[in-house]
Amino acid sequence: MRRYKGLTIFSILVFLFLFLPLVIIAVTAFNSQPTIQFPISGFSTEWFGKAIASESFRKAFLLSIQIALLATLLALLVGVPIAYTLSRYSLRGKKLIKSFFLSPTIIPGIVVGYALFQYLVIKMRFPVYQGLLFGHFLVVLPYIIRVVGGSLEQFDFSIEEVAWSLGCDKWRAFFKVVLPNISSGIISSFLLAFINSFNNIPVSMFLSGPGITTLPATLMSYVEYNFDPTVSAVSVLLMLATVLIMFAVEKTLGISALAK
Amino acid sequence: MSFVDLNNICVSYDGKTNILEGLNLSIEKGELVSLLGPSGCGKTTTLRVVAGYIDPRGGELMVDGEDFTKIAVHKRNFGIVFQSYALFPHLSVKDNVAFGLKMRKMDKAQIDRKVDDMLAICGLSEYKDRLPRQMSGGQRQRVALARALVIEPKLLLLDEPLSNLDAKLRIQMRVEIKRLQKQLGITTIFVTHDQEECFSISDRVAVMNQGVIEQYDTPEHIYTNPKTEFVARFIGFENFISATKQADHIYQAGDTRFHVDALHEGNDVKMTIRPDDIRIVTEAGDNCIEGTVIVRTFLGKSYQYEMKTPLGTLVVNGDGTTVYETGDTCKLCLPSHKIVLV
Repeated sequence: MRRYKGLTIFSILVFLFLFLPLVIIAVTAFNSQPTIQFPISGFSTEWFGKAIASESFRKAFLLSIQIALLATLLALLVGVPIAYTLSRYSLRGKKLIKSFFLSPTIIPGIVVGYALFQYLVIKMRFPVYQGLLFGHFLVVLPYIIRVVGGSLEQFDFSIEEVAWSLGCDKWRAFFKVVLPNISSGIISSFLLAFINSFNNIPVSMFLSGPGITTLPATLMSYVEYNFDPTVSAVSVLLMLATVLIMFAVEKTLGISALAK
Repeated sequence: MSFVDLNNICVSYDGKTNILEGLNLSIEKGELVSLLGPSGCGKTTTLRVVAGYIDPRGGELMVDGEDFTKIAVHKRNFGIVFQSYALFPHLSVKDNVAFGLKMRKMDKAQIDRKVDDMLAICGLSEYKDRLPRQMSGGQRQRVALARALVIEPKLLLLDEPLSNLDAKLRIQMRVEIKRLQKQLGITTIFVTHDQEECFSISDRVAVMNQGVIEQYDTPEHIYTNPKTEFVARFIGFENFISATKQADHIYQAGDTRFHVDALHEGNDVKMTIRPDDIRIVTEAGDNCIEGTVIVRTFLGKSYQYEMKTPLGTLVVNGDGTTVYETGDTCKLCLPSHKIVLV
């Protein structure tokens, strides 16, 4: 095969551009001095200890995981039936409904966050936790509808009709025949939604309250007032967790399952 | 009352235009009936009404003396095979076939025995642990058939089941379907747009056009005696000549008087004849007209000629003994027993 030297170099440059900042952050986490600097002046794992010991980071991390999980599960419960209805039946105004459900991905996050803040917190007086959960649910719902909908577009609904003819009522047919054949879509939408909720800053910023802050929001406010490498250490831990999850997914499902 | 009766079935998707308009069809027990027609004629809609996927706006469906019009699909116990086969992609062949029996809460030993028997009948025993994607089109089609038959359905519904197969396999499978259908004595509705396929397999054929059945008869009768111009065209009559009745069996078309064996009540009729049945002759005689070759097409065993005649353009298949060139003039004889009146 012929090699394109220019293209190879270009790819490497792009890769470095994306990857180097992460490497630098990872390196700064091991600095012995209480500043974020590169190269580091001495090696230490002090900041990891500090990150793990920090009550506010731990709490924020657990809250982020909890919110991301609950929001994603809720979004699956609501989004899968919506996606099913949208691809199964020809409804009037189907396109409009589809774009309505997908709109939160197009509208800037800060606008969604502000709108939710105005509505949920100021007007409806939602408790902070429920408000945050609802906000994240709204943010991740489009991902579920989009990805599961994509799987369902590929699905031959005569398979479901055959199941009916063989004695399945509509519910059983859905669980026995439709669901197993869109499972890769369900899993990828789950991961996508989970990651998006876990990463989300704008909505979390608006909907957080005293003692109830997600990890990214906590990190943001921490870097505003501190300049020690604790945040770098947290970043390294998060990267590690991501790599582990991706590894587990690759081993069990194959990354290709996510690309589908 | 027959085994299956569709009485005055009306279907409309938007409430304005009718897809089916007061359709009536009766099927005897053990019969294989085909619904034949071009796409959009309502044949698949009819099948889906019988299957229960479509609620008719009016009319009733009686099967075995019971009103099935309002019964849910999963309680009907009809087997169905789709054009796409619609096998369950995540289940093995064995589990595909066992699916319907499991839904019936049968005990496991009985399910295994029935599935094994059905797989054997369909020649699938050696493939029972394969997944659908590991099988060829013909094999998938047999799995779909086995899955529909194993539940011992009251009715078997086949929606263009052979359209995705290549020509050779299609002939093989239609013989197979016929064999299974007769062996199990199962009443079957078969939807197709392929007249050869449908004639070879059916006990009776309903030719459909725009939501109505134009003719419902045995394949032999339809082939020789189409009742309407639409049916005639659909099954290969290509020549239509307007004629007026002079007396019984005597019809006038243009300047020529034709003797026709068939009887028809109407005064203004169309005489129709297949390209194969027009003979090119040397001596003028009864039922003869003159024609000039406009276009000649090679068909393999002979030539097909498009002929300009005083009665319009006629399509004639030569018998291969004499070959005519474009521009040649010859005499065409329309045998009185081959002319059909519509």
